[in-house]
Amino acid sequence: MTNSLHLVLIPLIPFLGFLLNGIAGRRLPKKAVTSIALAASFLSFAVVANAAFAFKSLTLPYLEKCPIPWIATGNLRVDFSFALDSLTLTMLLIVTGVGFLIHLYSVGYMEHEEGYWRFFAYMNLFLFFMTVLVLAENFLLMFVGWEGVGLASYLLIGFYFRKDSASDAGKKAFIVNRIGDFGFLIAMFLVLQHFGSLSFNAVATQLAAQQAWQGGVLTLIALSLVLGAAGKSAQIPLYVWLPDAMEGPTPVSALIHAATMVTAGIYMVVRTHAIFDRSAVALTVVSVIGALTALFAATIGLVQHDIKRVLAYSTVSQLGYMFLACGVGAYSAAIFHLVTHAFFKALLFLAAGSVIHALGGEQDLRKMGGLRKKIPVTYWTMTAGVLALAGIWPFAGFFSKDAILFAALRSGSFGPVLYCAGLLTALLTSFYMFRLWYLTFWGELRTPEAHVHESPWTILLPLSVLAVLSLCGGWIGLERFGAWLGTSAGNTGAPVAGTETLELGLSILAVSVALVGWFVADRIYRVNKKTASGFQKSVPFGYRLVEGKYFVDEGYQAVLVSPLLIFSRYGLGLLVEKGLIGGAAQILSGAANFSGAILRTLQSGNLRSYAGWLTAGAVLLLLVVLHGQLHGLILQLH
Amino acid sequence: MVPITYYLLLSALLFVLGIVGFLIKRNLITVFMSIELMLNGVNLSFVAFSHMWGEVRGQIFVFFVMVVAAAEAAVGLAIIIAIFRSRKTLNVDSIDLMKL
Repeated sequence: MTNSLHLVLIPLIPFLGFLLNGIAGRRLPKKAVTSIALAASFLSFAVVANAAFAFKSLTLPYLEKCPIPWIATGNLRVDFSFALDSLTLTMLLIVTGVGFLIHLYSVGYMEHEEGYWRFFAYMNLFLFFMTVLVLAENFLLMFVGWEGVGLASYLLIGFYFRKDSASDAGKKAFIVNRIGDFGFLIAMFLVLQHFGSLSFNAVATQLAAQQAWQGGVLTLIALSLVLGAAGKSAQIPLYVWLPDAMEGPTPVSALIHAATMVTAGIYMVVRTHAIFDRSAVALTVVSVIGALTALFAATIGLVQHDIKRVLAYSTVSQLGYMFLACGVGAYSAAIFHLVTHAFFKALLFLAAGSVIHALGGEQDLRKMGGLRKKIPVTYWTMTAGVLALAGIWPFAGFFSKDAILFAALRSGSFGPVLYCAGLLTALLTSFYMFRLWYLTFWGELRTPEAHVHESPWTILLPLSVLAVLSLCGGWIGLERFGAWLGTSAGNTGAPVAGTETLELGLSILAVSVALVGWFVADRIYRVNKKTASGFQKSVPFGYRLVEGKYFVDEGYQAVLVSPLLIFSRYGLGLLVEKGLIGGAAQILSGAANFSGAILRTLQSGNLRSYAGWLTAGAVLLLLVVLHGQLHGLILQLH
Repeated sequence: MVPITYYLLLSALLFVLGIVGFLIKRNLITVFMSIELMLNGVNLSFVAFSHMWGEVRGQIFVFFVMVVAAAEAAVGLAIIIAIFRSRKTLNVDSIDLMKL
């Protein structure tokens, strides 16, 4: 085996794919675009796999550093350095593995779309930035990836840029993420000020050497990081962009807005867990945000009609779970759920995409139904995803969700509250997922004119692979997974002994809660279809509130966006731009015009007038030179 | 020996004559001759001072001025002829194309 794992190739290959397709894609035949994009994502995955096979023989953390420093000024030195540990490797396997599957899926899904080459160029660009984010060994390089995935996300949400709603959604995602990025930047400055270095390793080492450091500035850093993570991972109060991001093509929703990019916030919290561990306040904030988001988004998901929006709110809710896990210090449980979620949520989105594809672009649940016989592969794979997300044993979601709930319950005095919120969320999750499942696949098709057809193999293959992963992904179990992550996710001790009975009881409780959700959904959406509208009529206010997503968007519009717009239009636009800056420019140009108008009369073109001015000038000069003597002369005459 | 004041007065007289001719005459050739007159007025004072101080440098300067004046005469006359050919007049008041 060679000494180097060539980590740099992992981001570089997709970047080359982006360049090739981005520059020449318009002129290349479709087959060439497809091969470039697929090859780029697959080769990247292959390099990751190579690293995974060599992983056992490495001394951790394995570092790869560009010999030339990126920034070297004064005491600050930032390198292009990549680090590999088990956390990074896990993320890389998800990003490039699921990434490749979704690339393959897109070949079938995007086949008839305009801008085929553009789509794949952006997807490769996303892979490039995401792998940089994950591999980065310091805050700044991570920030590069962080911003880059935001850019890729913006480009892909607004992929159908002719549609106003799509380009608006792209802008919204970008702007809301900027707020989070601001937090990240502040955190970075604080880290630089107090640690003198931006390297994760250096920060962790310094913290380990100073056991007495608690709270204070560390809380400030952690809270700023939480703001950044909340932006990227769509947590309260910055979650509003993710549901709108569903305007993008479905593979994008699966890759970026479900499996990988939105988990960057959780990854970042785990990566910097050394800081979070020293601030009880920040951890509490994280857990409360997580629990609130999980519950809040789940309630909205109950009544959405757009199949992708249901999944989007479910993503927000599941990210809330991961935040909750981080907040109670169960980092490996968070990453465990991240991994299983990546499998089953990508699967759900891709299956939803397959349904939409089969119905020729229909996304409204009210117009679906009865599809289970017509698109059996999609039906069965989606069922696996639904069971996994609902947390039914033995699917993947059960294990990871269970781990999070257990960790929440054991987290001090506040634990039971968090646990109840989590359990309630699990109930809601199970309900809305089975609602979606029944509305899509059971009953009668509510748009009889649609020509339903099963999707091509490029779509079905990734679905099947992900379905298997959704089934088996959790079997590794938290204990083995945590041991594998080791110190990279802050795992210190052995699991607490003597809690097996409690754990078993909680698991049974969680599964029965999920089954209750299933049962209720079954009653309402399969057996007695009237009940749903009956509910709507019995609590009209409550229903409207939830259907309108608690009017958070409208609230933001009224409280933040409109005042900002008014301020920028009138305050900045009229007063500063037109008044102050424009006024100053007017005065300057007016002065130039005015003096020019006077001076231009001198340029008469008449030779004798020039001669006269010349003479007058010469006389004046003479007078100035002789001024002293003339004075004396006049005095003498007197 | 003639005092230097006389030379200087004559020189000033020539120079002022040149200026006045330069300002009031309308014929381009006369204007040109007025410039030559000014140059020669200056030359006279150079030579006078050179004689007074027993110095040769003033006279060298005069040669330079004469050389430049000769060159100027050659070029200036050529321009005047060109102007006359195109405009059929040498009246400076009607040669006023060089304005905005």
